Amino acid sequence: MALDQEYLQYPHRSHGMDHDRYEWSMLSERKPVTWPGEAKLALWVNVCLQFFPLDQQGKPFAVPGGMTMPYPDLRHFSLRDYGNRVGIYRFLRAFEQFGIKPTYAMNTQLAERAPYLLERIAATGDEILCHGWNMDKLHYGGMDKSEEEELVQRSLSRLRELSGQAVTGWISPARNESENTPELLAASGVRYFCDWVNDDMPYRFNTSAGDLVAMPLSNELEDRFVLMNNLHSEQSWLEQVCDACDFLMEESQTGGGRVLALNIHPWMLGQPHRIGKLEEALAYITGKSGMWSASAAEIMQCWQQQQD
Amino acid sequence: MAGRSEMKQDPGFYDYWPYENRPKIEWPNDARIAFWVAPNIEFYELNPPANPHRKAWPQPSPALPGYSIRDYGNRVGHVRQMELLDKYGIRGSISLSTALCDHHPEIIEMCAQRDWEFFSHGIYNTRYTYGMSEEQEREMIRDSMETIHRHTGQKCAGYLAPALSHSELTLDLFAEVGTALFGDEGGFYTCDLFHDDQPTPINTRSGKRFASIPYSLEMNDTIAYVVNKIEPRRYGQMLKDNFDRLYAEGAESGTVMCIPTHNYQVSCPHRMKAFEEALEYITGHEDVWVTTGREIARHFIDNHQDDCLADISARGA
Repeated sequence: MALDQEYLQYPHRSHGMDHDRYEWSMLSERKPVTWPGEAKLALWVNVCLQFFPLDQQGKPFAVPGGMTMPYPDLRHFSLRDYGNRVGIYRFLRAFEQFGIKPTYAMNTQLAERAPYLLERIAATGDEILCHGWNMDKLHYGGMDKSEEEELVQRSLSRLRELSGQAVTGWISPARNESENTPELLAASGVRYFCDWVNDDMPYRFNTSAGDLVAMPLSNELEDRFVLMNNLHSEQSWLEQVCDACDFLMEESQTGGGRVLALNIHPWMLGQPHRIGKLEEALAYITGKSGMWSASAAEIMQCWQQQQD
Repeated sequence: MAGRSEMKQDPGFYDYWPYENRPKIEWPNDARIAFWVAPNIEFYELNPPANPHRKAWPQPSPALPGYSIRDYGNRVGHVRQMELLDKYGIRGSISLSTALCDHHPEIIEMCAQRDWEFFSHGIYNTRYTYGMSEEQEREMIRDSMETIHRHTGQKCAGYLAPALSHSELTLDLFAEVGTALFGDEGGFYTCDLFHDDQPTPINTRSGKRFASIPYSLEMNDTIAYVVNKIEPRRYGQMLKDNFDRLYAEGAESGTVMCIPTHNYQVSCPHRMKAFEEALEYITGHEDVWVTTGREIARHFIDNHQDDCLADISARGA
């Protein structure tokens, strides 16, 4: 018994990464970033507005939060829909109460299906970024390139048309990509994307169609991940957010401006028994001095202006 | 290729040895407990060659959810933990994917400046031992130990198999390669076994003086956070509770506590506070030997191994 000798060969064993997507860089070695008004933390509240189709294909995998029961899985279809009908309006009230400037990551098909919601969001003037077509149209390794190209272009152009916004940001459904996704996004006018979770600050990401900025949207602190994947309590999610806020504020004293990114879902935190914890988290964060509540694109641009 | 065709019921590394009336373990300065922190500093490949026995990533490449969070440890996490360990006077004992010496020598240099220990955790954490021939595994282990020596000057003393993937011969081969490269100064302890709260002698086929040092799967942040999905503040409390009991028992005979870490988990902003509180609590006690894996193993082998072997042998009789 033995493995093919290739298994003991290491063609990428040299300085830097084992691919050419971005430069190897430690956060502690980078030039500190300054936010407007000498703020220590940029607060990025990212709200995912999602459509989970009842006829989920799950290709090549079932998206987290998607259907799990035999067709028709009415329980999960309707519970996800709850977020877009009820939960989001609790969010909107909370954002107004605490002076938050959120960013909305929207599945384009949802924008088509719920014009009232789209207009309500667009009327706030807040940024909308594209979250792909729907939660069952995944981008994945080995996907046909022309199929993906059409999907990316349709998702972006239709959302631009419906929202009247430039739509320069992107999050893939399930935050999964194919080997071509970054090129296709850059070629379609996207300037930043939020799928890679390897940093606490923005960084430059190379594609053959021009650079993108990778924006740091923590998955580990996301409401769905903490509550649904880890089965932590609502109180624990609140504590984790507060602890992260305190830690990043402390680190900013020596490291420069930091980003506190909260990725949240109205079908999760918009429930009556959870919305209070979101409000408590926002009260805690906005009660600190040195907080800059900003949209993803604003944070990205401010960071970019300070790069060489 | 004996030992690779048929499965054994028991690996035969150690004999049964009850946790009462053992010979007393005495740590330097009458400490009750030897406390060490083992940061795993790892490199996972985006697109590793396939191993027939274990898949590296759940999705087709690029599996960016898994790959990118692990890269977070290298870009962000390690330096955070270094600053924290400095603050509490702790030297890390690094479980190292040794290809990281080539990919990220900047991290290696920062650890070397702090006089941290480097031990082998294989070449990459996406290259598994499963399916390797004896000669292939020996070559992989030798490469890893030579790499550590070349980059740091250290004679690698300890082993934790890459991604905890083992063969029946892993410990034998590690001991033998250590002897071939460094004599008795290399390859004398393992972190791969979780059967005890004290060091124990390990049988290897070369008969080398070799020990298992408690590394703790239970206190491992990745097991706690990813597998057991524990809340950060509860993890902090578990660390304190684990310490309290081992500290109390250490009054009778020295114990070992290890916190194995992965800086893509424990060094996330929402988990640092709980970790720091535990470190502050543990190092705030008087009779704690804050040390490294190598120093624990050396002390045990030089001062207690013979007594323990005699006791084990007498009890089995």
